[in-house]
Amino acid sequence: MALLEVRNLSVDFETTSGRFRAVDGFDLTLDPGDITAVVGESGSGKSVAFLAMMGLLPWTATITSDVMKFDGNDLRSITPRSRRQIIGKDMSMIFQEPMTSLNPCYTVGFQIKEALRIHLGMDRKARHARAIELFEQVGIPAPETRLSTFPHQMSGGMNQRVMIAMAIACKPKMLIADEPTTALDVTIQAQILELLTSLQEETGMALVLITHDMGVVAETAQQVSVQYAGQKCEQQEVTALFERPHHPYTAALLAALPERATTKHLPTIPGVVPGQFDRPKGCMFAPRCSIATELCHTTPPPVGGAEIGFARCHTPINLKAEEEA
Amino acid sequence: MSEPVLIAENLTQEYVLKGGMFGQDRIVRALTGASFSLEAGKTLAVVGESGCGKSTLARCITMIEEPVAGSFILNGKKAGPDTHDELRTSVQIVFQDPYGSLNPRQRCGQILEEPLIINHPEMPREERTRRAREVLELVGLRPEHFDRYPHMFSGGQRQRIAVGRALMLEPKVLVLDEPVSALDLSIQSQVLNLLVDLQERLGLAYLFISHDLSVVKHIADDVIVMYLGRPVEIASKEDLFEHQRHPYTKALLSATPMADPTLRKQRIKLTGELPSPVNIPPGCPFSPRCWKATEKCRTERPELDTGAHRAACHFPE
Repeated sequence: MALLEVRNLSVDFETTSGRFRAVDGFDLTLDPGDITAVVGESGSGKSVAFLAMMGLLPWTATITSDVMKFDGNDLRSITPRSRRQIIGKDMSMIFQEPMTSLNPCYTVGFQIKEALRIHLGMDRKARHARAIELFEQVGIPAPETRLSTFPHQMSGGMNQRVMIAMAIACKPKMLIADEPTTALDVTIQAQILELLTSLQEETGMALVLITHDMGVVAETAQQVSVQYAGQKCEQQEVTALFERPHHPYTAALLAALPERATTKHLPTIPGVVPGQFDRPKGCMFAPRCSIATELCHTTPPPVGGAEIGFARCHTPINLKAEEEA
Repeated sequence: MSEPVLIAENLTQEYVLKGGMFGQDRIVRALTGASFSLEAGKTLAVVGESGCGKSTLARCITMIEEPVAGSFILNGKKAGPDTHDELRTSVQIVFQDPYGSLNPRQRCGQILEEPLIINHPEMPREERTRRAREVLELVGLRPEHFDRYPHMFSGGQRQRIAVGRALMLEPKVLVLDEPVSALDLSIQSQVLNLLVDLQERLGLAYLFISHDLSVVKHIADDVIVMYLGRPVEIASKEDLFEHQRHPYTKALLSATPMADPTLRKQRIKLTGELPSPVNIPPGCPFSPRCWKATEKCRTERPELDTGAHRAACHFPE
């Protein structure tokens, strides 16, 4: 049985200017031990989809889905009380900005022990020992003294490690890392990614990596799901995705990478991501797509089969030559 | 092309941290001994991690701050308090965050005209507006954008306005402080293309500050790698990416994720973090994290060697 199964998840926000659909028909199946990356630009709904699963969205959000199951629990009908027993324990999340996600009023030791106390009911001594063990695991030097420091006394990289330690404190079955390295320098980023993958290997948890950095995806993920304007437009195994993207958006995104450039001019994607008021009628990507047809502008494309990477496209591409362009 | 528009000599900047009533004042050595030259039509990239003095360098070159030591020559004139007024118009800066660097209460047109109002108060209004509209077109925005407010633009368009504003005074040198790192990938390539075009058309010299090595590899001609306020390696882009002489550059390059899943390489693992610029270790600043460090590295500070490909290391490769 899959650890996480989500079918047709949609999230709408009530805003003063009307309804806004942030996530539109999101599907995901995760087995224990999977490393999946969710890639997309800002506003593509990648974080919101996972916040919805965690139940962390504000009341303005309306969440609908056909199936949303985690580890045998139906997340749609779950009571808040039993949800709180799952999130932070079996399903935990590392948030994007470590500096703002930690509480500045408490020491990091207190914050990490809080999870151990509430979810695992450990006594004081066991909590202390476990907290030190966790800090060692994530590579924080001098863990005993670090437990009594406040978040502002540590660097971004160290705070991010504290966040990771907190997220893995209860040995989760699924860890969601929401842009875990965007706020960090490259040498620290390399350390953190290494840490996440080695933890994943050790514990066999499922790891979801939400990111916009194609380099990070290429180096860590097994499966990649590409999001655009709230919709998943393609999902493939990582090598296949980089070699043969089937959705024109994925192809354009890869072509826009400076390191793939062959000339002084980079290939670009014209236009911008559609906002609340200019969502196209047909395919979300049609206004910016170089191979859009009349059909693309009028009818939303169906989701393709596994052989074309579930590409949500009327005219999927899979020619080897096209990705070179 | 041979005459550089910008020659910096030994630029040094320090900040004092007040120690309070009882503590001692401490000195943050943000930038030490930065020397380089920049020719018209060329791009010099400055790379390094946060806290390495990249932005301090930008602030010194744009004369936002006066360096505590060292000097630079811009356009054949030595920069100093007496020449600031005339030199400031020939070097302009584009900031990292296009959301924070534009006044939300000014229209796009006003933002573009403001540099002219300040620096050329005698210029008639029609002339000013005409120039602003020219620049608007130059940076790839449409005429109807002239009367819009910044919040009505996307991140990429805002960065275009910021570039446009920097171009209003027809500068020779443009300092770009992480101009694309706040932008999404698909927008990033548009702005990079714009910068390449503008450089070709106007013969601008760019001082391009970035931490993203793949962007630097694409746009730069020469690269300075900085670590804790000091340049540790200076080379042309080809040389630097071909062969790194300083171990830090090597580690930095190996830590940068490459968008190619078939190429999962062995990374050089750096242990520890950037030391604070308040107490820079004696000797080579990189020695606490370096895998090749010896006793000599810990006690004696290496200087930049000479030649085309310079490195500050006791054991360069």
